[in-house]
Amino acid sequence: MSLVNLHQVHKYYGDNHVLKGIDLDIQAGEVVSIIGKSGSGKSTLLRCINGLEEYQQGGITLDGKEVTTEDIQVRCLALSVGMIFQNFNLFPHMTVGENIMLAPTIVLKKSKAEAAAVAKAMLEKVGLAEKFDSYPEKLSGGQQQRVAIARALAMSPKVLLCDEITSALDPELVGEVLKVLEQLAQEGMTLILVTHEMNFARDVGNRVVFMHQGKVWEEGDSKQLLSSPQTDELKQFIGAVL
Amino acid sequence: MLHFSDLFQYTDVFLSGLLTTVELTLLTTILGIALGTCCAAIRQYGHTVSQRLVAVYVELIRNTPFIVQLFFIFFGLPAIGLKLTPWQASMIALTINLGAYSTEIIRAGLSSIPKGQIEAAKVLGMNFRQTLTRVIFTPAFEKIYPALTSQCIIVMLGSAVISQISVEDLTYAANLVQSRNFRAFESYLVTALLYLVLAIALRFIFNQIGKRLFAYREVR
Repeated sequence: MSLVNLHQVHKYYGDNHVLKGIDLDIQAGEVVSIIGKSGSGKSTLLRCINGLEEYQQGGITLDGKEVTTEDIQVRCLALSVGMIFQNFNLFPHMTVGENIMLAPTIVLKKSKAEAAAVAKAMLEKVGLAEKFDSYPEKLSGGQQQRVAIARALAMSPKVLLCDEITSALDPELVGEVLKVLEQLAQEGMTLILVTHEMNFARDVGNRVVFMHQGKVWEEGDSKQLLSSPQTDELKQFIGAVL
Repeated sequence: MLHFSDLFQYTDVFLSGLLTTVELTLLTTILGIALGTCCAAIRQYGHTVSQRLVAVYVELIRNTPFIVQLFFIFFGLPAIGLKLTPWQASMIALTINLGAYSTEIIRAGLSSIPKGQIEAAKVLGMNFRQTLTRVIFTPAFEKIYPALTSQCIIVMLGSAVISQISVEDLTYAANLVQSRNFRAFESYLVTALLYLVLAIALRFIFNQIGKRLFAYREVR
């Protein structure tokens, strides 16, 4: 059974038809990159998967369970879907350690010691063990994003959604974040990324989904799709970004 | 000639007045901010109907004189069977007044929180109450803390009006003393200085609390 399944998903913002019947099937362990021009609906698609945006038609299932925006549902989902944002969204009034420990203690009801141990392990994983007691504002963008990844991982999600997570970073900081993602991919984490990092999509990703005008315009094996695009739109897009 | 020494025999009167003002100030500051916080949260995140109700409350209080609010509660409410002591009426009037003003101030703080913070809390599985108390409140209060402090001081100073319904506060003491010994200049000068000290003390307390709450700013 697939881990994430979208069936004919339609989404409207008022009269604006943003997603026009999306079908997508993602297996556990897959690394799927969603690419496309801004306004093509890729972020919206991602945000529908974890219930941050509601959709009007069709169905999304996650691990067999249906996704809706009902508050309680979002919270159940949060236990299996992690999300990382473009702007990191770390909590500024908490240290790095507190940021990571918060949800495990108050949502998963872990003890402080247990949560601290998990936090330390996750920070270790993203290479920031020594930043446990720092405040987010003291960190570089790349470090903040790695903390955000550690924070999501501390909830032991099955899927990690990444919404343009390197777009707000200075170019020299992009690499450190992508390296963490690559490591996660190798460990078998299911990743769904909205990204502009074509090299990453090709080299680390299994599959690329090209969105255009609210539809899945073209999709397939990442290497194949990016080296020999079929549609004019994708050819044009690849030409513009590479 | 000025005769400050004539006030010495009334030291107890001043002290007891001061104590009443301090007592009322501390109580109404805590209750008023609590009320304002609840109303601000409703105004910002509540359902339309409750949002409207809060808006009506805030506008009603902010657009009428405090002394009229006080007189209404003390002299008006007994007509519908709600009889309050001067002290109770003052406490309620001050709390309601501070509540309305702080609602608007705190709401400004809440609306300054980026949507992404709330989404981050949501995708980590926190419910709304947890998000509000753990994620939103501290940075929101930090933004509006100076404004909130000033408003509390304004309400403290405005509490002088409650002497009009014979609450024996600091202003009541000043009125009493100058009516006994006709030393209006001395009496009101001393009272003014006492209010000044109170205002400075209140600001100091707020600053100390702020330093604790927003310690993360200091270490930046």
